[in-house]
Amino acid sequence: MSEVQYQSAKTVKEAVKMMQAAKGKGYILAGGTDLLVQMKSGARTPGVIVDVKKIPEMVSVAEKNGAFTIGAATPAAVLGENKKLRKAWPGVIEACNLIGSTQVQGRASAGGNLCNASPAADSVPALVAAGCIVNVAGPKGKRAVPVEKFCTGPGKTSLKPGEIVVSLTLPKRPKGSSDAYLRLIPRTEMDIAVVGVGVSLTMKGDTVTDARVGLGAVAPTVLLVEKAAKALIGSKLDDAALDAAADACSAACRPIDDKRGTIKYRTKIAGVLLKRSAMIARDRIHGIEHRGHRPV
Amino acid sequence: MSEHRPNTEGKYKWIGTRPDRPDGADKVTGRARFGADFSLPGQLIGKVLRSPHAHAEIKSIDTSKALALSGVKGVITAADFPDQPNLIVPTGEMQVNMRDITRNIMAREKALYEGHPVAAVAAVSEAIAKQALALIKVDYKVLPHVIDVAEAMKPGAPLLHDHLLTEGANPPASKPSNIAKRIEFKKGDAKAGFAQAEVVIEKDYTTQAVHQGYIEPHATLASAAEDGQIQVWSTTQGHFQVRGFCARLLGLETSQIRVTPTEIGGGFGGKTVVYLEPLAMRLSQKAGKPVKMTMAREDVFRASGPAPGGNVKVKIGAMKDGRIVAAECIVEMQAGAFPGSPVGPACMCSFACYDIDNVYIEGFDVVSNRPKVAAYRAPGAPISAWAVESTLDILALQLDMDPIDLRLMNAAKAGTKTAYGVTFNTIGMVETLEAVKHSAHYRTPVKHGYARGVAAGFWFNIGADSSAASHVGEDGSVTVISGNPDIGGSRASLALMAAEELGVDYNRVRPVIADTASIGFNFVTGGSRVTFATGLAVVNSVRDMIRELKVRAAKIWKIDPEAVIWEGGMAKPAGNQVGTFEPLSLADLAAQAGRTGGPINGHAQLNVTGAGPGFGVHCVDLKVDEDTGCVTVGRYTAAQDVGTAIHPSYVEGQLQGGAVQGVGWALNEEYIYNAKGRLDNPGFLDYRMPVASDLPKIETILVEVPNPQHPYGVRGVGEVPIIPPLAAVGNAVARATGVRMVDLPMSPPRLSAALDAARPRRMAAE
Repeated sequence: MSEVQYQSAKTVKEAVKMMQAAKGKGYILAGGTDLLVQMKSGARTPGVIVDVKKIPEMVSVAEKNGAFTIGAATPAAVLGENKKLRKAWPGVIEACNLIGSTQVQGRASAGGNLCNASPAADSVPALVAAGCIVNVAGPKGKRAVPVEKFCTGPGKTSLKPGEIVVSLTLPKRPKGSSDAYLRLIPRTEMDIAVVGVGVSLTMKGDTVTDARVGLGAVAPTVLLVEKAAKALIGSKLDDAALDAAADACSAACRPIDDKRGTIKYRTKIAGVLLKRSAMIARDRIHGIEHRGHRPV
Repeated sequence: MSEHRPNTEGKYKWIGTRPDRPDGADKVTGRARFGADFSLPGQLIGKVLRSPHAHAEIKSIDTSKALALSGVKGVITAADFPDQPNLIVPTGEMQVNMRDITRNIMAREKALYEGHPVAAVAAVSEAIAKQALALIKVDYKVLPHVIDVAEAMKPGAPLLHDHLLTEGANPPASKPSNIAKRIEFKKGDAKAGFAQAEVVIEKDYTTQAVHQGYIEPHATLASAAEDGQIQVWSTTQGHFQVRGFCARLLGLETSQIRVTPTEIGGGFGGKTVVYLEPLAMRLSQKAGKPVKMTMAREDVFRASGPAPGGNVKVKIGAMKDGRIVAAECIVEMQAGAFPGSPVGPACMCSFACYDIDNVYIEGFDVVSNRPKVAAYRAPGAPISAWAVESTLDILALQLDMDPIDLRLMNAAKAGTKTAYGVTFNTIGMVETLEAVKHSAHYRTPVKHGYARGVAAGFWFNIGADSSAASHVGEDGSVTVISGNPDIGGSRASLALMAAEELGVDYNRVRPVIADTASIGFNFVTGGSRVTFATGLAVVNSVRDMIRELKVRAAKIWKIDPEAVIWEGGMAKPAGNQVGTFEPLSLADLAAQAGRTGGPINGHAQLNVTGAGPGFGVHCVDLKVDEDTGCVTVGRYTAAQDVGTAIHPSYVEGQLQGGAVQGVGWALNEEYIYNAKGRLDNPGFLDYRMPVASDLPKIETILVEVPNPQHPYGVRGVGEVPIIPPLAAVGNAVARATGVRMVDLPMSPPRLSAALDAARPRRMAAE
């Protein structure tokens, strides 16, 4: 049996060094809600585990000029309790708060959810819709990656050897903005998305002035659906615009038939959820509260 | 809102009350020890090597490298077990063949399903045991496999067993096939009945294999001693069954094996068979050390249970007033890799709720490359009821009749003869239908956007062998000893009956579950038999003890024992003519026991007959998201004739648990196999049992129609509640959408596809 080494970093720099020294056998431990399960099943066999929870900037939320920077290892439950963040980005937060169960929420993080690189990750479509920037640190310094470019395939990211995700930055919101995330699961919780859709809108009165759409679980990576956003921008979210955006989402789907859903079903649901998410985001802009995560 | 309508108001002091269960504190504090909690000094860890193939000939197994690994203390294969004769033995509500059991615990000539054990090792650590498994070389010849029952029945399908000739085939089978058995039940003349019918409805239905889903995986610890004695700890519904099966499988005498049941984290019928126990015992014999074995959840899904899926054809003929005049049901059922599906009970239960003159029922037991099915609450009955109760709903809609009125018109009553030959004694089908009809739920109009479905179900319940003993301590407190693992609150129920019979406080009665060496034989905890049959044994053991207590009082008073009565927990003289004596309490008599003849105990051993069947009627309000196919259950009521609810909370718990499992079966649960015949969803993430937030609180109505053949009127209650939910949900979905689902589960993708397919027709109808 190979031994697993546990190391705990106090700074980002230290963590990067440890990952570099691990020579490809290093794994970041944030909440561990994916890593430990994967180790138990034998799917991953790390040589070194680098715990980043003792790095202050990786487990906290900072606001600067209206932009929020979320430490990559901040537990989802902590995000859910941050009122300002929740008010600015209700869709991102409801997506983060769908990861796992209530118990898992105390540990699971948005950074971990992103780095696990599952196409069905709940937080990612909302982060894509939000225009989130991923802040990466590595042996060659820092770089920023748009979230939709971060994952390259199921379980694969664009991180280079020694690089780690430090934080996620959500940009400043113009007035009249909000977002929403909906996922389709056969149960009401403790489940994995068959389709997930995040929509972020900015409106002036009844008219959409800006929009972004993230679509999950229908392709090898979470998709930014620009055609759907285009269909919404300039519209009053009338049926024709919503239909066009829904069709764009369905058209963007490159899903597989599997135990969780058929190609036909996923393609259809992508459109259904786009419409419903957009309506929730619009309601939020107009001060109408939405609770509950089931798209019914 | 839950209703309990006791028919025994004021009659009993303890029965019908809701005290804390004797095992409750240990379970909520975490002190209770379940299967995997038992360990012994020096124990080894046992692990099983399982077939990756759905169907393969085992040409050879080379274990030499595994044995040579440091830390490995034993390796076994099928060669370590004697072959077994073609001998059928009962196991709860299922029948099993010893020849098949030995092949199921360890593949012999062939691996017959993915996950089928082919070898096992014992080593000083789990890590070494896992390494050893990787060193075992199995030379497989992969064979074509068959998963689907309809496919398996076709001529030319891959054959699982070369010797299998269809039992009961007409004409007799001359060539082997995957159809193990054909059965039929007839009453009256179905053909003539259909000819007379004014309305005939016929439909085909399917269901998928589902797992019992007990939260505790199988686990065992075995310790073989040098003198040939073996002790076993096991999470099981029947430790006497474990002893009996293992004695045969290992060639031992039952007296050489002592099995202690641990607390059990759910069974539902799935823990009435053996998987790990004989392997751990043989490994322990070989290694000379205790061996502990546990299953991972994936193993539980791949190689234990499940309940079968089935194909059911139903035809019902009725008059325009709703009177059913003919019924037919044909069931093809998965047995798994070895014969023995519950197709028999599925056939027998199909129309048992109704009094129908002309019935024809036919069933087929079919093997395929799936794990051997095990019992699951009312084995087989939910499958036929899904089809029959859905068809009745179509009939009710077609005749524009209330679904309860239709069932009331045709309900079985005392004196109704079933298609399988039994004539009912006192039963509560009518009372249960009436209870739902008059319930707060049914009388409340359906909420906007929702629709309501109703369905019924029947189960026999069983009696069988039970032993019990009652002991009085020197302070007058009482120990009641029985031999059935407690999976549903039976300790509390047994203690309540003992307290009632003896006239003492419930808290002075301690119920204990003894190991196989400490009490006489008890048949498994299954068939909803424990509160009924073992309850009767407990009552009789207490009566035996009371007889002795009266003898002791008579001795003290120097009168005839016949002149002593037992009343309110005291011995009293039968009347004034006997003499005037101060009553003697249990404590008084216990304190003087040494001077009046020694310890005071009671015993009983019985083969219990007279089990009272149970009927359930469920009502559900739900809505369907037409775009996504997602179903939301808004309100659910389960009513049942429960005999007498000894501890109403645990009776309600049975109704609620069964309803939830049935809703899961209806909506999302299914075994999904890939093209290679491997199970694609062996975990709770993709095998979707309901979670708490999926359902409202299940309301219950306990209808008490006592079983005349039990001193307290007990009927089994644990199985009926899983039967009606499938069709209740399906009927509500049909009424909500106008689309009749015939294939389970009604998962969002499947329901959505059905709604989309029906859209043109539905739009045309509008």
